[in-house]
Amino acid sequence: MVPITRRALLGAFVLVLAAWPASAQAPQSRTIILSTTTSTQDSGLLDVLVPLFEKTTGYSVKTISVGTGQALALAARGEADVTLAHAPALERKYVEEGKMRNRRLVMYNDFIIIGPEADPAGIKGEKSAIAALKKIADKGARFVSRGDKSGTHVLELALWKLAGITPAAPWYIESGQGMGATLGIADDRSAYTLTDRATALAFAKRVKLKTMVEGDRPLLNIYSVMEVNPANGPRVNAAGGKAFADFMLAPETQAVIKTFGVDKYGQALFVPIAGKTDEDFK
Amino acid sequence: MDVLAGGVREALRLLVSGDAEVWATLRLSLLVSATGTGIALLLGIPAGALLALTRFPGRQLVVSAVNTGMGLPPVVVGLFVTILLWRSGPLGAWEILYTPAAIVIAQAVIAAPIVTGITLAAVQSVPPSFRLQLLGLGASRVQMTWMVLREARLPMLAAVMAGFGGVISEIGASMMVGGNIKGSTRTLTTAMVLETGKGNFDVAIALSILLMALVFLVNWALTAVQQRSS
Repeated sequence: MVPITRRALLGAFVLVLAAWPASAQAPQSRTIILSTTTSTQDSGLLDVLVPLFEKTTGYSVKTISVGTGQALALAARGEADVTLAHAPALERKYVEEGKMRNRRLVMYNDFIIIGPEADPAGIKGEKSAIAALKKIADKGARFVSRGDKSGTHVLELALWKLAGITPAAPWYIESGQGMGATLGIADDRSAYTLTDRATALAFAKRVKLKTMVEGDRPLLNIYSVMEVNPANGPRVNAAGGKAFADFMLAPETQAVIKTFGVDKYGQALFVPIAGKTDEDFK
Repeated sequence: MDVLAGGVREALRLLVSGDAEVWATLRLSLLVSATGTGIALLLGIPAGALLALTRFPGRQLVVSAVNTGMGLPPVVVGLFVTILLWRSGPLGAWEILYTPAAIVIAQAVIAAPIVTGITLAAVQSVPPSFRLQLLGLGASRVQMTWMVLREARLPMLAAVMAGFGGVISEIGASMMVGGNIKGSTRTLTTAMVLETGKGNFDVAIALSILLMALVFLVNWALTAVQQRSS
């Protein structure tokens, strides 16, 4: 019995080795690493754009979806070749430091403040996001923060700062998780939270929270693409990074972005803005 | 409850319809974890046997370290393997971060102490008189070790099960060193996290059912081998 067992195990092991895809290690010059935010992946946009890019250029893309803070930090270490992020103030800082280059606006969607239907802070229909946050803090109404240095979190902190408030426990809850999980926690605790519209739409079936504040200028969620400075580390694929950045701005890609999400949510999730600058959104 | 029922229905639908993406994910999980466990066996069995059959100063310290390693948090392994494999890291020239090979390395590191620890216990459970007898019959040390390992083969199958079960259900390291890249490093567990993040709970439930079914089938096969041999 034993030899058969041993041979079977050995056979299984050899089979496993033989079944390894030969393409597992493509030559690096044709491979690029894209560091980006979770929202681009969770919305499904990259599942459409990346294969399109790979097909038209022959590059293969490794997409690493993390919070914007980490996406930029990885790029600054030269662990990525191109970054798609949504934290303009933070991005400009990296560009000024020379870590990132050629920052170009790609698209925007918007953030909304959502909360329980009972609306304990009375902010429904409030035009100003900052005024709404002030009311939430005054009432001590529960608010769930991402607390993960993501683009959403960075914007939220900037809004609190503008409101002149240092949010703190017990009414201020830090989830430390992605947008989807944070929505779940906010729903469970009947709390307010700041979310991008795409994720809120994706969770509309499961989460009972209602839109409270929308359309305020500071709530615009602007995505930019940046190329990584090859000086950041060894093996940065500058040509590949540039190819992906150029692709995001190409008219054909922008056309795809413009209609993305219509079939699933009845409305587009992103607005393409190639060629625009920060000045246009002041 | 409708979420659960929907999940079960979705799982059946994905299985029956032969959804290409799900099968590719299933295949990758199986390949990566089987290879990782295989490497852990190659490292762990000799190490465990050596630790069981030799006496040297500091042995107790090493055995304690192995036993601690059996509970090595995958996130810790993921973090250190990521840093080693970074482009700027010591093994950056390999350029294998965010590939299945990186997940294999991390999973082998996670499973190796488990295999070593269980092998150690299995070999030690073989009565010392058996070893003395073999040596008395004129067996060389290598022959003796081989015979003892054969004697301990059944409890050692538990090492395969524990190692494989540990790594295929592991998430922290796979996410960090693999990056959850669609069609390349997306395993069952990382796909589950992603689908939960997207709000697709029924798909996440379907994937978890598939994962548990896969682990069950593998353990069933190994158990059959173990029970038949005994």
